[in-house]
Amino acid sequence: MKKIRKSPRRKVAAPQSKRIVRPARHFARRLKVQDNINTDYVISGRYKFRIQDPNELCKHIFEDIDPGFAARVKKGDILVAGENFGCGSSREQAPQSLKTAGFYAIAAKSFARIFYRNAFNIGLLLIECDTGFIDDGDTMELDIENKKLKDVSKGLAFDIKPIPSVMKKLLDDGGVVEHFKKYGGFKFNE
Amino acid sequence: MEQTIAEKILSNHCGKSVRSGDIAVCDVDFCFGQDGTSSIVIDSFKKLRVGKVFDKNKFCMVIDHSAPSPNIGVSEIHKKMRTFAREFDLGFYDIGCGVCHQIVPQYGHVTCGDLVLGADSHTCTYGAINVFSTGVGSTDIAITLASGKNWFKVPETIKVIVKGKLPPGVYSKDIILHIAKDMGSNGATYKSVEFCGETISDLSVDARLTISNMAVEIGAKIGIMEADNKVLKWVAGKSKRPPNPVQSDPGARYVAVKEYDVSKLSPQIAKPHAVDNVSGVEELIDQKIDQAYLGTCTNGRFEDLEIAAKILKRNKVNPEVRFIIAPASREIFLEASKKGLIDIFIEAGCVVVGPGCGPCVGTHNGVLADGEVAISTANRNFKGRMGNPNSFIYLASPATVAASAIKGRIADPREYKKRLL
Repeated sequence: MKKIRKSPRRKVAAPQSKRIVRPARHFARRLKVQDNINTDYVISGRYKFRIQDPNELCKHIFEDIDPGFAARVKKGDILVAGENFGCGSSREQAPQSLKTAGFYAIAAKSFARIFYRNAFNIGLLLIECDTGFIDDGDTMELDIENKKLKDVSKGLAFDIKPIPSVMKKLLDDGGVVEHFKKYGGFKFNE
Repeated sequence: MEQTIAEKILSNHCGKSVRSGDIAVCDVDFCFGQDGTSSIVIDSFKKLRVGKVFDKNKFCMVIDHSAPSPNIGVSEIHKKMRTFAREFDLGFYDIGCGVCHQIVPQYGHVTCGDLVLGADSHTCTYGAINVFSTGVGSTDIAITLASGKNWFKVPETIKVIVKGKLPPGVYSKDIILHIAKDMGSNGATYKSVEFCGETISDLSVDARLTISNMAVEIGAKIGIMEADNKVLKWVAGKSKRPPNPVQSDPGARYVAVKEYDVSKLSPQIAKPHAVDNVSGVEELIDQKIDQAYLGTCTNGRFEDLEIAAKILKRNKVNPEVRFIIAPASREIFLEASKKGLIDIFIEAGCVVVGPGCGPCVGTHNGVLADGEVAISTANRNFKGRMGNPNSFIYLASPATVAASAIKGRIADPREYKKRLL
């Protein structure tokens, strides 16, 4: 028996009725620092080595580089960053804290590889595109079908780098644990 | 088909010939977690509901990041790890054993040609002994613990050729800091980096481990080297499994080839708050320091302690500096003790703490105060890394750190070059 689980992504993006074609709207959250945001900055070792509860950890995201940022995050926001987001430590607490904080997705010019893998493994969507024109608080729309991230406030649309099929599969299944349970192993159409 | 080392090792582990860009589901030879990541390994493993581990001999957990525990939260995580290890009869290295990246190769869990995953980004360290080893998240380790497998995107490869004889007082740490400056923190993202050349061949295995350890600081998936006689001799006394040395083919495809001549290289230092923010020591002379740290998976091996001891012998640590030393493993600690290095450190005024990560990750053993400056042999100097976002970390070789601890300011270890020859 197949059990279909809804990913948090779907929950947010679910249209109210079939007639509404406009995708869900999100607000951009931009950090003061843009490039090379490492996972120590996402969640400091001061917290992650002693706290296991993601709901507690997520109160401290970006504390060392942007104090007060965590308190401004609302459910459904899109985090916007520059190059090489998530470099450094392999701590899974980093994507876990961002997901728990309520981020619908993270948009960056590029991502570091361990973070990239970890995020999709836990069902957190990452978007690679030009983020240079997006300001904090801008209204955003995501159109995965047509590979566009739209800044509604500015009337701009940015091309999204295609999500690799393996990552898309993991995301659709709700993360690697759910994927593994569903198929009893890895099942990629490669 | 001509292949790189990465393509060959992944091909050997997935039963078909793969090239860069391919996706391969591979058998993994060994995987592990440490006390900063194992809690989620355990949670994810339980969510998989498989009930048993794939092969208990292919996994271990190491308590190194906060060892011994500095607070209740960490103690609870350690307890959770010990309980899980007992429940499934798993390999377990408790406090005092050392840093995972010293334990895993030293106890022969890995050998040449292996495919290894670790829930720690510096798992790339064993590239120096010809292992395809890379850091992943905790859930990836849980998957491998349950199934013996994981999926890999076969990486493209950058070849890095290092040539020239290193001047006295200049070490492998200076080479990798110089490369980090040139390539940047995302210069090799998702790539395999093959380090080769006459300088690499001249280095000891200990010194090579320092270079591979920091491959992740330029974004690399692995930082791998060929297995020469030094490596084969090194692994022979440790691993029970036969090594399967893997070389790249002459016509293998590289996305880039970079060459570095290190014959005139000066001691290098990474400045706050980024590993690729590097200068020669000459530009930083007289920067005052409050704390010095020798240790970590980058530079806590016997050879590193020996270099520092040569400089510290009959010298005193500056009264305004705390010099903390953490040997990377119990065996290294013991060898250093037998050879008199620990006496030299204590007489000089150093504080020798238990084997483990020491103050590198800011949980214990020397958290900095506001405005304080540390010079450390570690691999990361991110803001807040040593526990205080209002402090400043410089990264350097064991020689530069020891010389600076004596002076109380950043100092050039070449002043001691007669001792270092």
